[in-house]
Amino acid sequence: MPELDDALVGTRRFFTRGEVSADHRALFQIGGRQADTFYRDRWSHDKVVRSTHGVNCTGSCSWKVYVKDGIITWEAQQTDYPSVGPDRPEYEPRGCPRGAAFSWYTYSPTRVRYPYVRGVLLEMYREARQRLGDPVAAWAEIVGDPVKARAYKSVRGKGGLVRATWDEATEMIAAAHVHTIKTYGPDRLAGFSPIPAMSMVSHAAGARFYNLLGGAMLSFYDWYADLPVASPQVFGDQTDVPESGDWWDAGYLVMWGSNLPVTRTPDAHWMAEARYRGQKVVAVAPDYADNVKFADEWLAPAPGTDGALAMAMGHVVLKEFFVERHVAYFLDYVRRYTDLPFLVTLDDGRPGKMLTAADLGQDVENAAFKTVVLDAGGTPVVPNGSLGFRYGETGEGRWNLDLGDLSPLLSAAGGDVAEVELPRFDAPGGSVGTIRRGVPVRQVAGRTVTTVFDLLLAQYGVARPGLPGEWPSGYDDADSPYTPAWQETVTGVPGPTAARIAREFAANAEESRGRSMIIMGAGANHWFHSDTIYRSFLTLTTLTGCQGVNGGGWAHYVGQEKVRPITGYSVLGTASDWTRPGRQMIQTAYWYLHTDQYRYDPFSAATLSVADGFAGRSTADLIAASARMGWMPSVPHFNRNPLDLADEAAAAGEPVADHVVRRLRDGDLRFACEDPDAPENFPRVLTIWRANLLGSSAKGNEYFLRHLLGTDHGVRAKQAPPQARPRDVTWHDEAPTGKLDLLLTLDFRMTSTTVYSDVVLPAATWYEKHDLNTTDMHPFVHSFNPAIAPPWQTRTDWDAFMTIARVFSALAAEHLGTRTDVVAAPLLHDTPDEMANPYGRVMDWKAGECEPIPGRTMPKLVPVERDYAAVADKMASLGPLLDSLGATTKGVTFEVGRELEYLRHKNGVAPNGRPSIARDVDACEAILALSGTTNGHLATQGFRQLERRTGVRLADLAAEHEGKQITFADTQSRPTPVITSPEWSGSEAGGRRYSPFVINVERLKPWHTLTGRQTFFLDHDWIAELGEWLPTYRPPLDMHALFGEPRVGEQGELGITVRYLTPHNKWSIHSEYQDNLFMLSLSRGGQSIWMSTEDAAKIGVRDNDWIEAVNRNGVVAARAIVSHRMPEGTVYMHHAQDRLIDVPRTETNGRRGGIHNSLTRLLIKPTHLIGGYAQLSFAFNYLGPTGNQRDEVTVIRRRSQEVEY
Amino acid sequence: MRVMAQMAMVMNLDKCIGCHTCSVTCKQAWTNRSGVEYVWFNNVETRPGQGYPRRYEDQETWRGGWALNRRGRLKLKGGGRLRKLLTIFANPKLPAIQDYYEPWTYDYETLTNAPLQEHTPVARPKSLLTGEDMKVSWSANWDDDLGGPPDRDVLLAGIADKVKFEFERTFMFYLPRICEHCLNPSCAASCPSGAIYKRTEDGIVLVDQDRCRGWRMCVSGCPYKKVYFNHRTGKAEKCTFCFPRVEVGIPTVCSETCVGRLRYIGLMLYDADAVLEAASVPSSQDLYEAQRGVFLDPSAPEVVTAAERAGIPRDWIEAAQRSPVHALITKYRVALPLHPEYRTMPMVWYIPPLSPVVDVVRDTGYDAEDRSNLFAAIEALRIPVDYLAQLFTAGDPAPVDAVLRKLAAMRSYMRDLTMGRDPDDSIPAAVGMTGEQIHDMYRLLALAKYDERY
Repeated sequence: MPELDDALVGTRRFFTRGEVSADHRALFQIGGRQADTFYRDRWSHDKVVRSTHGVNCTGSCSWKVYVKDGIITWEAQQTDYPSVGPDRPEYEPRGCPRGAAFSWYTYSPTRVRYPYVRGVLLEMYREARQRLGDPVAAWAEIVGDPVKARAYKSVRGKGGLVRATWDEATEMIAAAHVHTIKTYGPDRLAGFSPIPAMSMVSHAAGARFYNLLGGAMLSFYDWYADLPVASPQVFGDQTDVPESGDWWDAGYLVMWGSNLPVTRTPDAHWMAEARYRGQKVVAVAPDYADNVKFADEWLAPAPGTDGALAMAMGHVVLKEFFVERHVAYFLDYVRRYTDLPFLVTLDDGRPGKMLTAADLGQDVENAAFKTVVLDAGGTPVVPNGSLGFRYGETGEGRWNLDLGDLSPLLSAAGGDVAEVELPRFDAPGGSVGTIRRGVPVRQVAGRTVTTVFDLLLAQYGVARPGLPGEWPSGYDDADSPYTPAWQETVTGVPGPTAARIAREFAANAEESRGRSMIIMGAGANHWFHSDTIYRSFLTLTTLTGCQGVNGGGWAHYVGQEKVRPITGYSVLGTASDWTRPGRQMIQTAYWYLHTDQYRYDPFSAATLSVADGFAGRSTADLIAASARMGWMPSVPHFNRNPLDLADEAAAAGEPVADHVVRRLRDGDLRFACEDPDAPENFPRVLTIWRANLLGSSAKGNEYFLRHLLGTDHGVRAKQAPPQARPRDVTWHDEAPTGKLDLLLTLDFRMTSTTVYSDVVLPAATWYEKHDLNTTDMHPFVHSFNPAIAPPWQTRTDWDAFMTIARVFSALAAEHLGTRTDVVAAPLLHDTPDEMANPYGRVMDWKAGECEPIPGRTMPKLVPVERDYAAVADKMASLGPLLDSLGATTKGVTFEVGRELEYLRHKNGVAPNGRPSIARDVDACEAILALSGTTNGHLATQGFRQLERRTGVRLADLAAEHEGKQITFADTQSRPTPVITSPEWSGSEAGGRRYSPFVINVERLKPWHTLTGRQTFFLDHDWIAELGEWLPTYRPPLDMHALFGEPRVGEQGELGITVRYLTPHNKWSIHSEYQDNLFMLSLSRGGQSIWMSTEDAAKIGVRDNDWIEAVNRNGVVAARAIVSHRMPEGTVYMHHAQDRLIDVPRTETNGRRGGIHNSLTRLLIKPTHLIGGYAQLSFAFNYLGPTGNQRDEVTVIRRRSQEVEY
Repeated sequence: MRVMAQMAMVMNLDKCIGCHTCSVTCKQAWTNRSGVEYVWFNNVETRPGQGYPRRYEDQETWRGGWALNRRGRLKLKGGGRLRKLLTIFANPKLPAIQDYYEPWTYDYETLTNAPLQEHTPVARPKSLLTGEDMKVSWSANWDDDLGGPPDRDVLLAGIADKVKFEFERTFMFYLPRICEHCLNPSCAASCPSGAIYKRTEDGIVLVDQDRCRGWRMCVSGCPYKKVYFNHRTGKAEKCTFCFPRVEVGIPTVCSETCVGRLRYIGLMLYDADAVLEAASVPSSQDLYEAQRGVFLDPSAPEVVTAAERAGIPRDWIEAAQRSPVHALITKYRVALPLHPEYRTMPMVWYIPPLSPVVDVVRDTGYDAEDRSNLFAAIEALRIPVDYLAQLFTAGDPAPVDAVLRKLAAMRSYMRDLTMGRDPDDSIPAAVGMTGEQIHDMYRLLALAKYDERY
């Protein structure tokens, strides 16, 4: 038989073109040039266009978009990033599978091709419009009629969208805006679009429109819980992090709650490659995450207990490297760059306030903001560099960290000792306990003081001889915080392992002078107590001298995307070229109040306190207090239309601010946040673009549906009982539903947000527009370019908002004209406002503790003129405030006359005589010209200004590029490296990799904090109220104690209770791509929840079974993924899978299952509301309560496998 | 000696982050069309796991590749061509669509078009084969990141006692796969129509779309299941090594878009006359060495002469000399073939994943970063060497162990340099290398510049 076989095969020799091998195995053939024309044709294309993806993603990857016959075919990564040098890996080829699947959207059936309006609404509008002849009157009638309003609001999210024209849709939108401004005020309008860095022109389009109207732009960084509040607390900076190329420089790398291959896909290779240099890599993750594969060590702490592990590591570092042994590098670093040597008073056996020059009786400028150390001889001295030197004449040239001959004492040791009472929160449920530990003290100016360092050792439980109090007996003392054995009882990580990792981390830093790095992310940062978790991390990187060093320090990667050309972007986005200040709002507090989630808090704000300052008050009361004291913004401002307020002030012949203060004092006028459920205080119009609020970021999604939209929802929670209700905030017995009149969304694809919207406008995709893109993951700026023109009736965001603005302006000319608005602006960071509250003492004018003084004890009250008919013209041109006031970033004001002249020529002149930004490319040019990172002239100018204040040399950092100006054409040709600029704290000078705070460390420029140094000790009253002066460990919130949810692990007839975490998804960037057919084909094809083999077995769930997750906030129906890589007791529902793909109806309520955030809700940490004090002062997306969502639990059970849709 | 040139690839699994960008860019470029919805020329598997199509490695079921007959001669495992001719209308060894996955889409239009209704609109999954509603229960990557029970992994059969699927002992890694463009392709040998051929100039294995008659014997014959059937055209299709790109000097799509930067492309010169003998060595564990024996040293003068005589252009010979694939396979010997026991002489090779190492050793009380513990660490790998050996060396742990030692030695040696210490030459010596060689290998693996990867 084999012979016959061979014979048959052999015949191939005669019948084929090719050559059959002698042994008949193989057929060789030259080429295949004809036979395979199919693949050659498939590969051919007409052009390749550079673009990228402007979603909420840090990637900032440059892509090649292939076009054939006018059709986008596919994309592949660009590989032309400028080299980072011969001895390092390169940035090419940045990308990920999500981005690679983007072009699917262009022609997909989920593409929004035309404007759509909710049918019920459109019918009513058409009828009223025809009958009344006026769009504004028509809108007013519909929203003013409870029956009509109910008719369209109650069917939100239930289909029934119908096509409209751009003309009709924009007229209705404009009418809604005009009516709302006229009736309720412009601060009842809100716009939401996140993180501009990835498409700053698209973001600025709507932001500029809203800022010109006087609408509120909602923050996003804090809202996403991506803002690490510890960063402003410790660094006085929003967030500044190393580029991924700097991971290469680290000798020791800890990935802590950051799953790099999934969430930093284009950058992960740096970590993989740096291992080959001998870098040690440690992964800290509760599950066997994708990144654990790369790690030399895997530590799996119980979810949310990361702070305990870090505290124990800090204990080891302090003990072994500061007490048992003195490491010169560390000691020198902490003396110079941290607040450890600064003096703190002890009050009643507890940590008090930072000692200041005022306490010393010095009559100097800003004395209460000049902090004090002891010199080597024990004499109190006031070193340069604290906040008091940042402002005022006498500080000129002295705001620096140059200690000269001064060598401050780290410890007050040598005199008396005293005991301090320190809180601990490690009891089950997180309740407050105390521990007494001794510190050395001195008497200075009649006060008992110690140093931050002494307090830190006490806090960490690191004993020194001769100190009273309770101290751990050793590392194996499991009862005393914060030993390695103690953390084992909390985290489950073996104590010796925790100690060894700490030792290795510090030893590497000692040997390499600071090249130990912690990459930290959402896994650690999305918790309610993320700030304490992060402060315990930052203690590790700061004690070991790693901050401000290439290859060292913190690397916070979640939502941190850097708008490198920040100054130019800010001008356009805030419209500060025409009006100042803008209206900005902390989004978490906004929705906490306006979706009525505050009504479901059955506990007092004092629940977390170690003192009694919050007794009898709810979180909503604290929000109101923060607002009226000018700490945090609040929108809407007052229970009056601010336009009417200005008119009334004029009528009364009073300056607006005086008028408002008088009426507030009289009680005739109130802050809107003191009565959020009164109809005059509702948000009325919400516009969303580049975002999917209701399918993604809306923590407490079901509360949004119920109260904001007024449609079906899955809320099961009970409202607060009378004793737990707010004290100062008015309670309405009936909770309102359907507060919002208009939900407008611009998108290119259907999402939960578009499905629930009243009007949907079709947007161009990222391959159909011009824009700019940057990130902090790499140092380049690059561009979007249209591969095709926007198809069907889609428009770019810039074009769409220009269109809306034109229609609005025409209607406004008749209905609004020019009015005066009153903006209540909070006390701002990086301005002298941050000296409003000496010592961080709370002064509530409403409680009679002080006078209401705008800009000091309450918000600034600024009259702003708004010419509503001119909004469209202003949008399309750069306004005159730039000429007179310049553009300011972080306290540095750039003069931009030369740049405006350039833009006049580059972009042309608008009809109003100003430089034009009519088109998106014009806006790109303006952003690039007006920023230091992209314009070397401005960078050096800014540094020179900073040189005058600091007295240290800085301008040389940018001088190498003084003549360089990056144009849009540069970014089109290839990714272009940015220029070192005072807008940021690191340096790219000489081609080095970016690491934050390098300028602070190398040039002695202070951090923007009270002491001018990195901060371990916070002395604000509200921080003290929570007992969080120093890094500490606070466990996840106890949902059983707070809300009566079952305890984790409890199993009943309804299922098993588990921790419910919503980490980032491998198959999407937030909600984008989760609906993309390629991503669905590579995953499970719909909503899924990962659970452990053990938990699945307990409730009889097999892989891919339908399950239901239920808690008081809502209901989710999904399929189970069962895996042994998940820890018992915890499930993951990867976030933002949205409800539109394969989500059946639930057994629980018979309605469509919810999204991941249907099981979460907002919970606000009071300390995030602090403002008006040094680095604890508001700036947009810089400080504010986080929309955290990780502390939640849910019950999971197997459901009927017969699902209905 | 008959010198032939072969375009080959090495993937460094130690760097693979499992992102699947390669799969998506490949699919977009090549198989984003009807008839091949279920086809992924490039796919990435989580191991342990079943793979795609599921359990494709179970040659007792699928009978792909070659086997030795009783006389020690190389035969198609699924039977010779005669057998194939006799079963041509009822191929019993063909994976069903459910073994790949039933491709689906969703009725996305309903999200926009749904009339006013009681519930929020939702897009339901619809089969792309039948158009009917379906429950998604298998996909091209179902067991991604250890989703679902991993116990159906074919490779576990022999080593089940060494692998435990417990939380604390979890391990995984990713295995990206394309066509192997074998020196001894069983797909080609299985094709009754002679439609599959190996390009003489670069060894790329292609299906002649004009000659293919759709018998699907190639699908059965390929043990890697990397030939697919286009159910619309009725023809076989497979990875083309992106020949329209490679011909003009651009790397394959999967390589250039690999964000892990782990793919290397280069030319290998080999002796075509030696292939049969090498593929016929009696012990499957000798196949790795045997295949390396087929490769020729492109710098050896006699090879250069023979290559020129065989009509291989000078720039191709130079390319073979500076081929990173050659360096990784032959010079540093860190790349290994995938399933050499299939005897197809595959030409996509892999560097096995090193990490994680230390956390297992630390339990012994040693600092595993300590160089004296380096090799102890390898014996205690989280990923069992025996599992890797099932993939790359027909079960022989020695070659895998040798590669992992080299990688570990590189890390240890380079750490001294990075930290500014004096280099310790005993480290490279322990793995039979010099410091200079380690450094060169480090540059190729870690810096991996674009023009050195391809």
